[in-house]
Formats: sequence, structure tokens, C-alpha cells
Amino acid sequence: MNWKLSFKIALTHLVTKKKQSMIAMLGVMFGISMFIIMISFMTGVNQFLEDITMDNTPHVRIYKPIEIQDRKIISEQRAPSERDWYVVQHQKPKNDMPRIKNGLQVMASIEDMPEVKGVAPLVASQVFYNNGPVQIPGTINGIDVRKQIAVFGLDTKMDFGKLEDLLKGGDMLVMGKGLAEKMGVSVGDRVSVTTPEGNNLTLKVAGIFSFGIAAMDETRSYATLATVQKILQKDPSYITDINIKMKDVNAASVFRKKLENQIPGVYVEDWETANASILAGDKIRNILTAVVCITLLTVAGFGIYNIMNMNIINKMKDIAILKATGFQGGDITGIFLLQSLMIGVAGGVLGLLIGFFFSYLLSKAPFPAASFFRISTFPVNFKLSHYVAGLSFGFLTTLFAGYFPSKKASKIDPVQIIRG
Amino acid sequence: MSIALQADNIVKYFLEPEKFQVLKGVSFDVKQGEFLSIVGKSGCGKSTLLYILSTMDTDYEGSLSIKGNKLTGKSQNELARFRNEHLGFVFQFHYLLPEFTALMNVMLPALRLGRYSKEEVEERAIAKLRLVGMDEYAHKHASKLSGGQQQRVAIARALINDPAIIMGDEPTGNLDKANSTRVFDIFRELAQDNQQTIITVTHDMDFANRSDRIIEMQDGLILDIHEPAR
Ligand SMILES: Nc1ncnc2c1ncn2[C@@H]1O[C@H](COP(=O)(O)OP(=O)(O)O)[C@@H](O)[C@H]1O
Ligand SMILES: [Mg+2]
Repeated sequence: MNWKLSFKIALTHLVTKKKQSMIAMLGVMFGISMFIIMISFMTGVNQFLEDITMDNTPHVRIYKPIEIQDRKIISEQRAPSERDWYVVQHQKPKNDMPRIKNGLQVMASIEDMPEVKGVAPLVASQVFYNNGPVQIPGTINGIDVRKQIAVFGLDTKMDFGKLEDLLKGGDMLVMGKGLAEKMGVSVGDRVSVTTPEGNNLTLKVAGIFSFGIAAMDETRSYATLATVQKILQKDPSYITDINIKMKDVNAASVFRKKLENQIPGVYVEDWETANASILAGDKIRNILTAVVCITLLTVAGFGIYNIMNMNIINKMKDIAILKATGFQGGDITGIFLLQSLMIGVAGGVLGLLIGFFFSYLLSKAPFPAASFFRISTFPVNFKLSHYVAGLSFGFLTTLFAGYFPSKKASKIDPVQIIRG
Repeated sequence: MSIALQADNIVKYFLEPEKFQVLKGVSFDVKQGEFLSIVGKSGCGKSTLLYILSTMDTDYEGSLSIKGNKLTGKSQNELARFRNEHLGFVFQFHYLLPEFTALMNVMLPALRLGRYSKEEVEERAIAKLRLVGMDEYAHKHASKLSGGQQQRVAIARALINDPAIIMGDEPTGNLDKANSTRVFDIFRELAQDNQQTIITVTHDMDFANRSDRIIEMQDGLILDIHEPAR
């Protein structure tokens, strides 16, 4: 088979049928450019959401849940005999603290484990922020400031003030942007905080942070471990959470199981469980992208299939002549397959360029909910692999769409056409 | 002289619209360098026979050999290769590829054969076009040529690979007397000087009478094979 000759004939056919070739090419172009735009944007969104959640979520978190115990306290007092019946109605939880036993020692031992990149302790408590007569519910987290910076980079989330100011001592906190707005406070103002137990303390606002996640920014504030322990009137060994960053994110769930076996009486959670809804969102966006792209490419493929079929019907006489003068079935398949592939490659390359152009524009376009999220423009990913995939999809689709008409063309019986 | 083509008891049916025997057992030999004419009334099966001889139609009974190769039963691809190298064909309805130039139409079978480089093929194609008086139209698109001009380009195309046998189905049907004579002279020369075999279907008795031998057909049978009455 003479590819160069087949190519020449294919090209001549395409050029003489400019309009038809253009339409077929536009179909592929549209499909591929949409693919690029969709996938760049969708993976950009995924990446962005993953980044903001992964920034704030520990890979593994240890805490002590307060649960209703199945074991009845009354039954512990006496040895049960067969005649005894206890009926406990509306059982309440024990007045148990969410304290992790020997928290700081546990933390130190985890810190030494080889899988672990960093560990930070936390004292979390529900509080009311008092804004005149209005009480705003939220949480206050006592942190080890240096560790929190080292492990979670909390200092990078500060909009106003400096996180390190908390270390200067005195009763200070940094609060979420949304919360500060609700309270109408800014750096330097004082807020009063009330715990569920009724303890009250007035704290100075040392800074304002934003994560870009409303649920956090509207409820949360941070202070030092000591400050929160003071509000709660607890001793310096009282911690409620241990947050762990792993060296390898994907090792988290394995590590969680290990910890569960080693540390009794606590609850260990990995980020995949904690962020199940976000991961599900990722999956849904990925599926959506795939469905839309496959649909577009299939439609483009059918377009090419139709156009090639029509093309072959129009070219019956030519095919007959070529065969009569010595072109073989394979030559004919080659000629029409090459036409299809040229359409595919041209459409694909144009699609990539247009896709790049529009995703670039999108990446420069202001994001409408910029005050809500910590970004100013649409999140767009530029990855070579997407472009390679786009071009290969275009190539494969047109190869597939062109194959059957081309095969049909190669089977045309020249005498039937020439006989008239 | 060696036998260029041998047809043995060729039988052909058309099944559509109803079963109908077009060729009822046709046998004859053609010698190398011979100029043979097939004549007969319209509808007697001349074109049908020629398509079988040209190896394009493989749906027949009997056997066909060209230059000692038995072609009956060979695959489509083998036959295409054989046609490309050994046969030249001029169709009744001057079929050219409309989107190519006259020159390219002539060059294509030679480029497919690949015996010569592209430059040589082009040179040869120009020479063949000159032979049929179409060299000045070489770069014109086939679709812009008149019927007679297209017919002559088609003849040039049939000659491009120096085939052993050139077949024509009314090759002068679209030509005026002058051009018709010119084509005849070309065929005559090819047969005499190059020892190429010519088989033409024609109803132009002048044309037939100046060939070497005439096959007269009637209703799918050979009525008579004779030398022309001079
Ligand atoms: N494709 C076909 N299907 C059925 N009958 C055909 C077909 N082609 C030709 N015929 C018939 O076969 C006979 C011979 O046709 P043809 O070989 O073209 O005659 P000629 O070339 O001698 O005029 C005619 O009766 C014609 O009607
Ligand atoms: Mg005829």
C-alpha cells in the first residue's frame, strides 16, 4: 500500500469538498475544545476544594466522643442475679469529659512514628460569643501556636493581625472573618465568650483569618491552649483532639487502623471519612466531565460517520475508477480513513488551541463568589496530560467513525458502477 | 506468436431483474500484438464480455487467462494488482476523477504501480498526453474538459503503465472523425511497434475493418471471427 499516494488523494478529496470537510472538522473541534475546557475547570475545582479542605483537615484526627454507654451504671454496683430486673428509662450520658487520657504523652509518642509528618494538639469547646444581648454560637479552639503553624500553616490564612501575637500572652484570640463581621469587631476589639458551663472570659481580638469555607469562618476562633484551658477551667494536660499530618496522604486510613489498635478509648478518624462528602463531590464532577465529553465526542463521531458515508456515496464513481485502474481494497480504505483522520487531527489540534484559549480566559475571569472562597479567579488546571488525552480521543473517535465507511468503500464493486 | 489472452467458454448470467443468460459460452484467443475488434448489435453482450476480460467482473463461468496466467478464481486484490500492471482500460463513458487534473488522472495508476519515480511518471504522463494531443490541457481539471477531451485523457491513462493489453469499450464513441482516426492510429502503432494487444468493442465499422481481426457477436454468442474485408 502506498500511503503517500493515498494521502495525496485523500487531501485532494478534502480540499475539493471544503465545506463538508470544515463541518466535520468543526464537530471534532467543538468536542475537543469542550473536553479541554470542562476537564480543566472541573479538575481545577476539584483541586481547589481538595486544597482548601486538605489545608484544614488533619489527615488523621484523634478525639474522644461522648456516647451513651450501653453498660448500665446501676448494674455495675451489684452482681446481677437471675431474679434482678433493671429498667432504665431515658438514660443520659455520663458526665464525661471529651478529654483524651494522657493526651500529651500520646501525642509525643505519635510524633515519633515514622509515617507522621507533624502532630498538633487541640482543645475544642463550644462557646457563645456575646454580642451585646445576642449570643452567637460557635467553637473556640485552643492550639499550640507553633505546631499549628508548622503542621497546618494556619498563619497563611490570616487576613489581619498575626497569629504569633497570641504567644505574647494575655487573653487573646483570632477569629474567623465571617464571625468577626457578625460580631462587628475588628483587630484590637474585645469580645466576651461564654462556655456551656457558664464560665465567662473577655478576650482581645489579635487577628482575623479566613479559610474560604463559610462554615468555619463564621463560627471558629483560635486561642492558645492555655487560654482555652483557662476558659474551661481545666488543667494544662487537658486536650480534646490530636491532629496528625501524614507524610503520605494516602497512608492515612492504614495509619488510622494502627492507631485504633494502639490507643484505647478514643475515636480515630481519617480524612477520607471526614471528607466523604467532598470526595463524593469530586467523583460526581469527574463522572459529569466524562459523560459530557464522551457525549460530545460521540456526537462528533457520528457527524464524521455520516459525512464519510455521504462522501463515499458521492465518490462511488471515483472509487470504481481507482479500482479499475489497479487500486486495491486496502488503498481505498487508506484513502478514506486518512480523510477521516485528517479531519480528526485538524479538528483535534484546533480544539486544543480553542480549549486552551477559553480555559485561559476562564482562569483570568473574576470568580463571582470570591468573597466566600479564598480565590479571586476561576480555578482552572492546565495539564499536558489533558491535552494529550484530548488529541488521542479526537484521533480515536475519528479513526473509529471513519473505519466502517472506509471499509465499505473498499468493498465497492467497480463493474456495478461502471456498467451504469 | 504467443497468446496474449485466452477466453474459454465464458458464460454469464444476470440475476436481476430476472435470471437472464447474457453470454452463452464465448471462446476465443488473442495473439500478442494483435488488434482485435468486437462488433455486434447493441445489447448482444459486448460490454459484459469486455468487463469479464478486463478482470473487473469475476462473476462468470468458464475461464480466462492473460499472458499464460489463469485469472479466473483469483482474489480481488490480486486482480487489481494485475490490472494495474498489465491492463489498460478505456471505458464507454470516459470516466476521469473530476477533482484531479488531466495529468494527475494519467499519473495515478503509475504512481500506484510505483515502478518509476514521481518525476519520471510525470514525464511519461506528459508524453502519453502528447500522444493523444492533450498535453496542453495537462494542468486542467478533468471536470473542465469536454467529453471528447476526457475520452482522450482516459486513453492516455490506459497507456501509462505500458500494459500488455489495452481494452476499450467504444473508445472512439465520443470523438469526431479526426480524433477517432488519431486514436485508431495510436492503437495501430502500439500493436505494431510495441507488440501491445488491443481489444476494442466498437460499432464503427470503418474502425473495425481497419483492425487485424473482427469478432462478431449476436445474443451472447460469437457469430463469426474473421479478418476484415479489405
Ligand atoms: N447490470 C445489469 N443487470 C441486468 N441486465 C443487464 C445489466 N447490464 C446489462 N444488462 C443486459 O445485458 C445485455 C447485454 O448488455 P451489454 O453487454 O451492455 O450490451 P452491449 O454492450 O453489447 O450493448 C443487455 O440486454 C442488457 O440489457
Ligand atoms: Mg456496451
